[in-house]
Amino acid sequence: MLDNAHSLRAFLPELIVAGTVLAVLFVDLLARRPHVGRAAALTAVGLVAAGAATVMTMRADGYGLFFGLIARDPLADFFKLLFLATNLLVVLISLRAREATDESAAEFFALTLTTTAGMMLMASATDLLTAFLSLETVSIMSYVLAGFRRRSRESAEAALKYVIYGGVASGVMLYGMSLLYGLAGSTSFTAVRLACAHTPAAATVLLAVVLCLAGFGYKIASVPFHMWCPDVYQGAPTPVTAFLSVGPKAAGFALLVRFFGGSLPAELVGAPAPWPILLGLIAAATMTVGNLAALAQTNLKRLLAYSSIAHAGYVLLALCAGGSDGTRAILLYLVTYLFMNLGAFLVIIAVADAGIGEEIAEWRGLGRRAPWAAVAMAIFLFSLTGLPPLAGFFGKFYVFAALLARGGSLMVTLAVIGILNSAVSLYFYARVLKAMYFEAPTVDEPLPLARLHAATLALLAVPTVALFLVWSPLQRFVDSSLGQWYPAEMRPRSAQLDRSVKRSSVQLANTSATK
Amino acid sequence: MTRATSFLALLLVFLGSGTAAADEPAVDVAPASLSFDGPGTRTLELRNPGGAPLVIDRVTLAPDASGFQLTDTGPRTLQSGERVQVAVQFTPDARRQQAFGGLQVHAAGQVRGVPLRAGSSWLLTLLIFFPLVGAALILFVPTGRHALTRAIALATSLVPLAASVLMCLRFDRAFSQATGNGGLQFIQHVVWIPSFNVEYFVGVDGLSVTMVLLTALISTIAVLASFGIDKQVRGYFALLLLLETGMLGTFCALDFFLFYIFWELMLLPMYFLIGIWGGTRKEYAAIKFFLYTLVGSVLILLAVIALYYSSSPTTLVDGTPARHTFDMVKLAYANDWEGKGLSLLGFDFTKVVWVAFFIGFAIKIPMFPFHTWLPDAHVEAPTAISVILAGVLLKMGTYGILRVNFAMLPLATQWAATTMAVFGAINILYGAFCAFGQRDLKKLVAYSSVSHMGYCLVGMAAFTRSGFNGAMLQMFNHGTITAMLFLLVGVLYDRAHTREIDRFGGMATQMPRYAALFGFAFMASLGLPGLSGFIGEVLVFLGAFPVYRVITLVAMSGVIVTAAYHLWALQRVQLGRWNESWRDRTIFNDLTARETLTLAPLAAVVLVLGFWPLPMLQLVDNGLMDLLRHVTGLHGAGTLAGLP
Repeated sequence: MLDNAHSLRAFLPELIVAGTVLAVLFVDLLARRPHVGRAAALTAVGLVAAGAATVMTMRADGYGLFFGLIARDPLADFFKLLFLATNLLVVLISLRAREATDESAAEFFALTLTTTAGMMLMASATDLLTAFLSLETVSIMSYVLAGFRRRSRESAEAALKYVIYGGVASGVMLYGMSLLYGLAGSTSFTAVRLACAHTPAAATVLLAVVLCLAGFGYKIASVPFHMWCPDVYQGAPTPVTAFLSVGPKAAGFALLVRFFGGSLPAELVGAPAPWPILLGLIAAATMTVGNLAALAQTNLKRLLAYSSIAHAGYVLLALCAGGSDGTRAILLYLVTYLFMNLGAFLVIIAVADAGIGEEIAEWRGLGRRAPWAAVAMAIFLFSLTGLPPLAGFFGKFYVFAALLARGGSLMVTLAVIGILNSAVSLYFYARVLKAMYFEAPTVDEPLPLARLHAATLALLAVPTVALFLVWSPLQRFVDSSLGQWYPAEMRPRSAQLDRSVKRSSVQLANTSATK
Repeated sequence: MTRATSFLALLLVFLGSGTAAADEPAVDVAPASLSFDGPGTRTLELRNPGGAPLVIDRVTLAPDASGFQLTDTGPRTLQSGERVQVAVQFTPDARRQQAFGGLQVHAAGQVRGVPLRAGSSWLLTLLIFFPLVGAALILFVPTGRHALTRAIALATSLVPLAASVLMCLRFDRAFSQATGNGGLQFIQHVVWIPSFNVEYFVGVDGLSVTMVLLTALISTIAVLASFGIDKQVRGYFALLLLLETGMLGTFCALDFFLFYIFWELMLLPMYFLIGIWGGTRKEYAAIKFFLYTLVGSVLILLAVIALYYSSSPTTLVDGTPARHTFDMVKLAYANDWEGKGLSLLGFDFTKVVWVAFFIGFAIKIPMFPFHTWLPDAHVEAPTAISVILAGVLLKMGTYGILRVNFAMLPLATQWAATTMAVFGAINILYGAFCAFGQRDLKKLVAYSSVSHMGYCLVGMAAFTRSGFNGAMLQMFNHGTITAMLFLLVGVLYDRAHTREIDRFGGMATQMPRYAALFGFAFMASLGLPGLSGFIGEVLVFLGAFPVYRVITLVAMSGVIVTAAYHLWALQRVQLGRWNESWRDRTIFNDLTARETLTLAPLAAVVLVLGFWPLPMLQLVDNGLMDLLRHVTGLHGAGTLAGLP
């Protein structure tokens, strides 16, 4: 565990992102005219530098920063790289999206960068305090991003709905956290875990966890905290929707992995804790509601919103399975989800750039008018359905494998529910395909794709198709990313000030890579 | 820094350069694998790459690496940079020319596997992926060059056909499990995804060899029959070839993961082929087909994962120890599932898994009550796609049941055998009666498929030699006969743009050659002795009667209904008076050369197999006998002369 001064070196990635925020804003202020390319380039440089810093300072073990408020461990590093990549791709896909970058590109990029910094902290939080603060950072930035189209009523409505739901969820979560603090007398995850493990007040722990889940569930858009999602996704500018559907969701899962891995005991009052049942119920409800509601959608962004709810359900299944198998499945799933979901939104942006709206009916005959965009969309949608050999299949495969490896009636039942859900999901994804390929276009003229969009689409579609070719290195990296660090418990204050990393207690959980 | 290195390696792989850097090995092995073309000895060099002395505990062959011999064993210490040689010898026996296994170097607490390969065959890989190459080529054909697209498609589909004919000719008919290699031939076996124990494993045995031939044949015929397509020609043929890759891969794959990927790979092209080039209700039919099969295949996926996690520890083909396996041969013959005493959801594990697999495959057959997608899909699909659907895709259901349910879960199969026979009989009768009631000629043929696939189920469920042989033969014969029927219906539809039986009559007067082939195909389909359909059916009944007397008798009554609806349809379409509602007789010109070319090879196969089914039976017999012994637990050998 490092003190504040010594933590800074390991905190370099976040510092670079924060510095980039300022740089982007200042350069924009000093320049006479706003310039999208310049702001984007600066953002991209900052993101790549932060990524490089993360890789350079990466270690196979974990340690605490700032007296154990946040962790620098393989798990956090994995998520940091994932968020930086997401943000980089979002920069690419928003370059030509007028709704995001037309008048105030610098602000837009600065906001996404701040969100990324918040998400990086979320993935590292090992303390209720940092967890809450980072989650709020991400949330508040997301509200602003959702309302970024100032002149649009839908965008304003989306932002307002987001704020109101978000405020309630945060309040509820804070209440839950206060209960945990009351039990433990400390906000550190480890202290909370020990306190919960030994307290006879199991009902209080359960209540606190359920309340906390309100906040986390809101971030990942799980049932019953998903109501904001369709409206926000539909109303927000599409690049923002793409960003929100991948970044904060992944960050929410990072926090959930840490919360359930480090802050909650596996046993309550001598009996196995009901977390799998709790998470399983939420997962089943999330998948089912997401998929069933998506069946009736006619707007593509809304459809993808419900689909992203369903996908949160699949990832929750992996969380429910728990252990290294479950965590590995979560990480792998999020990687595949990054490509396919961003890709699907990018097709919407690229097609909108050519003048076609977001209603499925408007996409009729796209297969003939814009064959490459349609093929890419088909790839992303089939991948979201989980059909091999596309990336989404591998993600889902690991989720179900984790459930069945764990075994037991609950896990098997959840796997059956999950797999039937993915069959249901085919129906609404196929409706888009049907419009694109089976129905005749109203006008026959070809839609030209912007070169940038075509290139970015290829950048996303190729990994979606060919991820299986690099699956082994990917899994090796993910397997090396499962290690998590949590603050050592209740040592005397003086010992906590110990500056030696070597002597601090390093807990690496779940590092054993199972064959 | 190893983590950073592994990330950078990953990044490099993503960017398309460099290969994956594995964890630092304890011992360097050169070369990384040993390949043998025939008998011989190869040497392997082990080197200590580290700075400290390295103790190599022992060098052994993996337990399942048979055919290889190793000279060096015993512990030794290597100084830094020191090398030592290990000699591996391969001696093939008279029949078994192929061998796959691993060498294990036990050092520093790790087991390093080194693949050993002898006589690895590229034939099946070429056969499977050649259509994919053709599909890629077609995408680069300039717009509007339809003739070129068709030529490429035909050429690329002829290659797998030639390869599969070659395969059947070189197929060793006396090869069985007793010979080795799990009774498989033309094997290629390498590790694909080591982190999840997934292998690229293809090979054929008696179960699959005729199916590969059928697939290649039907695909070529389908390409020929699709020359009339003039809407989005490139897309059509690219998808058709992708479908062919999926089908061939499914029959050849012996790693469950690979099998599932090919299995699902068939769905995408099929969906688009029905949905874009189909009839009036194409969207409905396409999504119905897709959803039904997807529900089936996700059940299969769950069952696969369940089997995987319950499988016994083994080694991958490169010798690396693996906790679990997807290897279908090992899942079938190296795991005593019933003996493990597992349970799932409170039921016997094997029975739950068996039922999940069975439903998944039964949807594909399609078995009553999962058959309702079939008539819709057939009626809406373009002719060539119906040909493939009925000719090949339905066989995947019965093939899957044999390859998976029978081979992997024999006791559960015995437990469910009677139910299977009952459902088979229902299929026969229900399909036949439904066919009787159809006004649409294509729907009639579609229901006849449901009926005919029932024979396969009854034959399989009997667990007798002639039952098995009959079912396998029926699968092949139905593939060729029903392909003819759909082609013939397509010919009529191309001219009349209707398939309603009542709108026709006296066609024979106008199209004599067509009528002759029509009659031939209908006779073959109803099981006329002398044509191939008869052999399969009679073997099935001969095999099933001693086991299920009542069920077989009931099923046999289906033959009468079958004959009735075939003859009645034939009579209404071809015989009688010319239907005067057709003002213009001239639209009904007789078969064109291309149409004849699609029908004639099938007719020849039907005729030859009708009189001389022995070559086909010899191809499948050994594989089926191995399966029969396994599933019944009887190990008595017999010869083909002893039929039934």
